[in-house]
Amino acid sequence: MEKFTVHTGRAVPLRASNVDTDQIIPAVYLKRVARTGFEDGLFAAWRANDPDFVLNKPEYSGGSVLVAGPDFGTGSSREHAVWALQDYGFKAVLAPRFGDIFRGNSLKGGLLTVLLPQEVIERLWALSEADPATEITVDLVEREVRAPGVTEPFELDDYTRWRLMEGLDDIALTLRRTDDIDAYEQRRKSWLPVTR
Amino acid sequence: MARTMAEKVWEEHVVRRADGEPDLLYIDLHLVHEVTSPQAFEGLRLAGRGVRRPDLTVATEDHNVPTENILGPIADKVSRTQIETLRKNAAEFGVRLFPMGDIDQGIVHVVGPQLGLTQPGMTIVCGDSHTSTHGAFGALAFGIGTSQVEHVLATQTLPMAPFKTMAVTVNGALRPGVTAKDIILAVIAQIGTGGGQGYVIEYRGEAIRALSMEARMTICNMSIEAGARAGMIAPDATTFDYIKGRPHAPEGAEWDAAVAHWESLRTDDDAVFDAEVVLDADRLSPFVTWGTNPGQGAPLDAAVPDPAEFADATERAAAEKALAYMDLRPGTPLSEVRVDTVFLGSCTNGRIEDLRAAAEVIRGRKVADGVRMLVVPGSMRVKEQANAEGLGEVFTAAGAEWREAGCSMCLGMNPDQLKPGERSASTSNRNFEGRQGKGGRTHLVSPLVAAATAVRGTLSSPADL
Repeated sequence: MEKFTVHTGRAVPLRASNVDTDQIIPAVYLKRVARTGFEDGLFAAWRANDPDFVLNKPEYSGGSVLVAGPDFGTGSSREHAVWALQDYGFKAVLAPRFGDIFRGNSLKGGLLTVLLPQEVIERLWALSEADPATEITVDLVEREVRAPGVTEPFELDDYTRWRLMEGLDDIALTLRRTDDIDAYEQRRKSWLPVTR
Repeated sequence: MARTMAEKVWEEHVVRRADGEPDLLYIDLHLVHEVTSPQAFEGLRLAGRGVRRPDLTVATEDHNVPTENILGPIADKVSRTQIETLRKNAAEFGVRLFPMGDIDQGIVHVVGPQLGLTQPGMTIVCGDSHTSTHGAFGALAFGIGTSQVEHVLATQTLPMAPFKTMAVTVNGALRPGVTAKDIILAVIAQIGTGGGQGYVIEYRGEAIRALSMEARMTICNMSIEAGARAGMIAPDATTFDYIKGRPHAPEGAEWDAAVAHWESLRTDDDAVFDAEVVLDADRLSPFVTWGTNPGQGAPLDAAVPDPAEFADATERAAAEKALAYMDLRPGTPLSEVRVDTVFLGSCTNGRIEDLRAAAEVIRGRKVADGVRMLVVPGSMRVKEQANAEGLGEVFTAAGAEWREAGCSMCLGMNPDQLKPGERSASTSNRNFEGRQGKGGRTHLVSPLVAAATAVRGTLSSPADL
């Protein structure tokens, strides 16, 4: 996983609530077995059908910080939603609330999802709609989001922050605890089912 | 200290606890399907890792399954490759797989309980958000992403962030014609799609206790639609009766020990939940959705709401957008909304009791002209049972299509899809834009409402027949 410390990039204002993962990437794109190349599926229906959709506006091309409404990433557990955002070029998503599984997936995969109050999101929308060249800095070191006239702290637990900053693979970390897992398995209840 | 059921199950599974780190939890059962696993197995291969506990892992084919000609090769090449990839991975890593054609194949969340693999007090995960279904047994069951699938395959554990607890208490008794689906749709409409975020919900109260296991699964299944991490119901005699005698259920002295333990899992009387929601079952009536998220629902006898009446600006904007997509006008009685398709199936409502309830409504009647009704059993065992009871004949005699087991039109990864502009009444769990096919419009309903709607052609309850 790529390390995340500080990222500055163009803001993309997505004025919508309840953007579920079926909108982020429709199910038809989930049939693939590869891990990369999902950028064509990102917001596929909106990109195809709505000329006013923000990613269809050339002035927002190259954007890397998505600013979304509440309940972004609800619904299906598909991690393809995170991959599609990353493959398209997004490094961070800012929103007042996220679907839990999507948030977990994003922080596993190095896409920084930042919780900000609705009122701050509104200000960031206004800024980037007034000037599409507006850049936002997402600073994980200081746990702070900065834009012209906006400096807003955000919360992220120390462990997740450390893992993202170091770009660490969760599995490798857990495999250091194999002794604990072995010990736990010794005390599992004998009636628990096996699939054989 | 008094604890909730969710806290007890969590505590029992802590492999490692350390300051400043998330708890590392042991996973008792890992369910796998073809869509969210290929990249996980590939990750293992690239890192030279194996599956730690193939004996706690089981796979089935469900999302891509064509519900016609289930034994033939899949016409869609990409779907076929995904299925073949699962078969190769299962063989290479020693994971038991129920492929198409196997009597134990079906939707992953129908198969687990049916085999008795789902038991109280377990931790259960799957790369699928509707894993919450298994919470109906008092298991702590949650959907995970593909990175976590790989993590569980490699270590049989997951580091998990702490959760909050919510009690959803449903008092009283349901009136005839009102079902578990109506309860959960009403809960979601009340707390919203984000209301459960960060919580494990425990459903309790008289109305929940009175439900069958399958109805409890319907409720827990849609916890994710309220944003919750999981949903649970305390195990009781209904739970034990359901599990007893299933292929993977404990037997003899082990059974007695298991039941004694399961009974100890109930939330302590003086335990405190972080949030509480109370509903009155007596006041519920058949519920349908009118919008494009599962929280946008209303009683069937109500009208399409007017967005102008929403106080919250975000909700108002969402309602306007939803009505435009759904092509609905404020004030239209929901019972006048005409559908093209009725879908009966999915991990929410594709079990035998769902099929029985719908068949009772449709028996001796006909699917309305111009309406297509798809009946897709949740598993091949469900299909077998339904045929033994003559339900398949009831559906086909009425003019419905009686298919093979899979996820089907719940998300349209197979050929079962809505065409652009088509409208469905669907017993599935999500009414998102394009969920059942590009441009398709979905109204979520119970199996009873689905059957009555098929007969009348407009959103209806059996009382309207």
